[in-house]
Amino acid sequence: MSKKKGLYIYTGDGISEVIDIDKLVELASGDLGVDVVKTHDDLYSPSGVEMVKKDIESEELQAVIIAGVSPRIEYKQFDFPGIIVERVNLREFVVWSNPTPGEGDDAEKFKEHVQELAEDYIRMAVAKVDKAQLPDPYKPETVNQRILVIGGGVTGLTAALEAAEVGHEVTIIEREPQLGGFAAKLRKQIPVGPDYSSLIDPIVGDLIAKVQANDKITVKTSTEVARIAGVPGEYRVSLKEAGTKSEWDAPVPLTDEEKVDENGKELSAEELHKKYEEKNEGRRHYMEVDPNAEIYGAVVVASGWKPYIPKEGEYPHLAWGNPNVITNVQYEELAKAGKIKRPSDGKEVKSVAFIQSPGGKEDDADFPYASAVTSLVALKQAKYLREDQPEDGKAYVIYQHMRTPGQYEYFYKGIQDDPGIFLTKGAVTEVKDNGSGGLTVYVENTILGDDISIDVDLVVLATGMVPTTKDEAVINLAYRQGPSFKDLDLFGGYCDSNFICFPYETRRTGIYAAGGVHRSMTIEEAMEDAAGAALKAIQCLVAAEEGHAVHPRTWDFDYPDFYFQRCTQCKRCTEECPFGALDDDEKGTPKPNPTRCRRCGTCMGACPERIIGFKDYNIDIVGSMIKAIEVPDDDDEKLRMIIFACENDAYPALDMAASKGLSWSRLPRIIPVRCLGSVNVAWIKDAMSSGMDGCLLLGCKFGDDYQCHFIKGSELCNRRMENVAETLNSLGMEPERVKLEQVAIDDYDRVPQIINDFVEEIIGLGPNPFKGW
Amino acid sequence: MSNSILVIGGGFSGLTAACEAAEMGYDVYIVEKQSFLGGRVTQLNKYFPKLCPPTCGLEINFKRVKTNPRINFYTFADVKSITGGPGDFNVEIQINPKYTTPQCTNCKPGEEAATQEVPNEFNFGLNTRKPIYMPHPMAFPAQCVLDASVIGTEEAAKIKAAMPPGHVDLNQKPETINLNVGAIIVATGWQPYDATKIDNLGFGKYENIITNMMLERMASPSGPTGGKIVRPSDKEEPKTVGFVQCAGSRDENHLPYCSYICCMATLKHALYLREQSPDIEIYIFYIDIRSPGRKYENFYAKVKADPKVHFIKGKVAEVGENPDTKAIKLIAEDTIGGGKIEQEVDLAVLATGMQPHGATEPIPGIEYDENGFVKPKEGIIPCGCAKRPIDVVSSAQSATAAALKAIQTVVRRAG
Repeated sequence: MSKKKGLYIYTGDGISEVIDIDKLVELASGDLGVDVVKTHDDLYSPSGVEMVKKDIESEELQAVIIAGVSPRIEYKQFDFPGIIVERVNLREFVVWSNPTPGEGDDAEKFKEHVQELAEDYIRMAVAKVDKAQLPDPYKPETVNQRILVIGGGVTGLTAALEAAEVGHEVTIIEREPQLGGFAAKLRKQIPVGPDYSSLIDPIVGDLIAKVQANDKITVKTSTEVARIAGVPGEYRVSLKEAGTKSEWDAPVPLTDEEKVDENGKELSAEELHKKYEEKNEGRRHYMEVDPNAEIYGAVVVASGWKPYIPKEGEYPHLAWGNPNVITNVQYEELAKAGKIKRPSDGKEVKSVAFIQSPGGKEDDADFPYASAVTSLVALKQAKYLREDQPEDGKAYVIYQHMRTPGQYEYFYKGIQDDPGIFLTKGAVTEVKDNGSGGLTVYVENTILGDDISIDVDLVVLATGMVPTTKDEAVINLAYRQGPSFKDLDLFGGYCDSNFICFPYETRRTGIYAAGGVHRSMTIEEAMEDAAGAALKAIQCLVAAEEGHAVHPRTWDFDYPDFYFQRCTQCKRCTEECPFGALDDDEKGTPKPNPTRCRRCGTCMGACPERIIGFKDYNIDIVGSMIKAIEVPDDDDEKLRMIIFACENDAYPALDMAASKGLSWSRLPRIIPVRCLGSVNVAWIKDAMSSGMDGCLLLGCKFGDDYQCHFIKGSELCNRRMENVAETLNSLGMEPERVKLEQVAIDDYDRVPQIINDFVEEIIGLGPNPFKGW
Repeated sequence: MSNSILVIGGGFSGLTAACEAAEMGYDVYIVEKQSFLGGRVTQLNKYFPKLCPPTCGLEINFKRVKTNPRINFYTFADVKSITGGPGDFNVEIQINPKYTTPQCTNCKPGEEAATQEVPNEFNFGLNTRKPIYMPHPMAFPAQCVLDASVIGTEEAAKIKAAMPPGHVDLNQKPETINLNVGAIIVATGWQPYDATKIDNLGFGKYENIITNMMLERMASPSGPTGGKIVRPSDKEEPKTVGFVQCAGSRDENHLPYCSYICCMATLKHALYLREQSPDIEIYIFYIDIRSPGRKYENFYAKVKADPKVHFIKGKVAEVGENPDTKAIKLIAEDTIGGGKIEQEVDLAVLATGMQPHGATEPIPGIEYDENGFVKPKEGIIPCGCAKRPIDVVSSAQSATAAALKAIQTVVRRAG
């Protein structure tokens, strides 16, 4: 649908020196049928903005195209309610990236090429605004404001109190019969704030009392989640008695290994179904609604950690298995019970060796799942012995690296002042029964002397904190993609985010992790983390109410629309969605859950029927932009390529390359995309069938250290490239015409070369054989 | 009474706190001292341990700021005073002149016309810039700045003449505004500890002793050397590099606490150098390698496995220079073997720690501890490195938590 629109061209910053503005105006007001076309040499000044504003009112424009600086630079002044705005990057992508004719360019040709480039970007913008619609937010009828907190330890208690403090009702469920978690089993704890010099009494009792006194908080002990079904804003949670089975336990999909027979051949649909049913016998279908489920808006996962207990026979050189060689958690239990006594004979312990690193001389790493906490705990536990035996207690802390970061250094300093605590770097090479009830610890390379041996009553291993999500789903989602967070093995089982900047990112909207399940952390850190996760949980409800996405596209008030009549139930969208937003019905028709959706468009990219799209970003819009590009039929010097560039990373990299005066080939045209995951093969076909000669996709790094903000987008796109290659082959075209490159936002020095190399390759291949058809 | 929240500091923590609070439905003001948002992390080349560019996450946070009408920000602005109390703070803010207008996003004509060069503070003086400048390629807002030092001189007039009309305004004056807010988040961040104060480590005395943040700038493609790490004396790539850990940290005479990030930063720098020069030898002098937790321990293991990176347990006590080669001699006490270890290197890097801005530029109305970290109180909530020395991940958590604490103050006071 053609809209009444205006085009405003900025002529400053050298734009009018490189581009023939009159020709551009003529094209727009002539062939392109733009209703109002104006130029301004200071478009971004108040007078420029006023000019556009007046035209919108007097000419009743529905859309404006602002052609000038990068949309990253000017982003707000031309936004008017109800008006579709498209910003064309003439300055960076046309002018600054083409400051002067390149080598071998004659001045005329240069001008011609640059002019065509500018014209194409205007054509693309016109095509886009004609097709685009204003967003129409999805707002659920009700958004439940209650928060479910899984875990009643320090983190869970804090999260509940923090959320209740801003008016939310909270339910804490705790698997154990009582609240408090591990913190309730401590004799004393490390301080949770300045001053950091001495041990304090555990604070968890105080938290429990506050929770019990808070009428907004409900506590359910000996309880766990059978399943969480539904969506953020309306989660239907089936609870059950801890340790029991329930028909509402979340079903578990078949793993990839289970989907094939012993020869690696994929099972038939029927066989798969049978196997799935067997695996989930006694469990209700994941889409079935539990009439007794409780409704919550969002979830905080604070299920914490469990102690790492070495296996039988593990650490033989440390005499693991000897009753007097125990873990730090076992030592804590002894200390909590009273004066520390030796497990083998009940003798009061007078001397303890705390071992931080099990690797002897070969490896200076701490125990698995250790952290600063294990260092701090060793110091704390050394102090326990001194409390019990102030006269002659001797604690030896043997470490490779004492990890007391930040202000915890004060705590370390305080411990150093105790004459009964001996701290030394050293490699523990062996622990042996000394024949008189105690143990001898052999240490090499110490500060106290070369090789020493210490006789002690007890040896304590500083074993780590294993997140509960390592071996259990915990959240038990009744989702098409299964009950647990995805790819936890990347993070050693922690439900961690792969994003340094966005630690609360999980791949399940509405469910946020905090505390020991997130990362190994002290009580102080866990309490802060709990407040952060509580905020994210509440914020997700605000987003649902306002009708916009949560991280990373929090500005997006649109959501994907599905034209189901043409759905072939291929399941690609349900399987590929990085966030598990789509469920399905018995036939396999996807069931969208807009409040789970992040608007990356991976579903749109995946759909072979092209039935998924957004109001301002869909198959037709981008297809029309591609088709708007003028492709000369018979000019070998004017091959045309399309570049799909990730708007968050590749696009800014190109902007910065341009602002540094780096130039790249004038043959390709760039279309920003939300994520490479949203690139539909149809666009590549559109490009090829309109005679373009190649297509380059610039997206984020994938693999274990992925930088894609939608987790899997660039990786999925890369996988789709194999199909693209096949398609091109079948058309008699070289698969090299389509290429994906991984580009980071700071690759601005590299990205022009990537483009130029690609263009060279295409020139080498020659024109698209179907050009002009 | 006010339901608005003020965030002092527009760096990583401040941006996070502001976005998180605004996305909860609250009006937020950010006040940032520099002319751009993003703070300290804009100077970093990569984050450890993922080795990803900080600008990637900043770009998202900038977009959150750009698109959220609840966020207003003031750059080049200082908080002059804070009065009142929780729910009803009055904050006086001075906005300093950039001597340009917001549409001034391209200072190339002015740069060409300028004749003076001034030290580039963004690159710790490793290169120079013109008096009109864009602080760095990713600067947001992308508004050029004209140095106050040239105002009233011929230079300023020349620059103004070269720039498009209306883009440079030499008559701008500091402007004072008053904000009424319900809660204040303090995210004023950190600065590298001033290495010239560490007498025995020779910074400022010997050319080839640099700080970790200087190395970071050199490694950055937007930095003074276009991404190449070189010796200042001859601009050559070093063949041997020594890192001095705890340069000023864990030291009663300087910063008594551990700065947390410097060990990880050095491990990261070792990787930068190894990527740059396959034959380089790297010596890391340390007390403890503080790489706590699974991700960091794995990162340390990766660096440790490299035979070209040598870890020496010992604190560097003394440095010297070979006057002919300008090589640096590092002398450390060997805590294991006893005696002294000497190592000559082409380039020495001091792993200086983080000092909160509160230590040198306290804001009236905010209370600080003896090291300059902010003491929390009702309605005044510190986060990030204004609160304690932490890494970026922890700063994000801290800032998110601070946003909720600020909202609690507002909700409580509104009854």
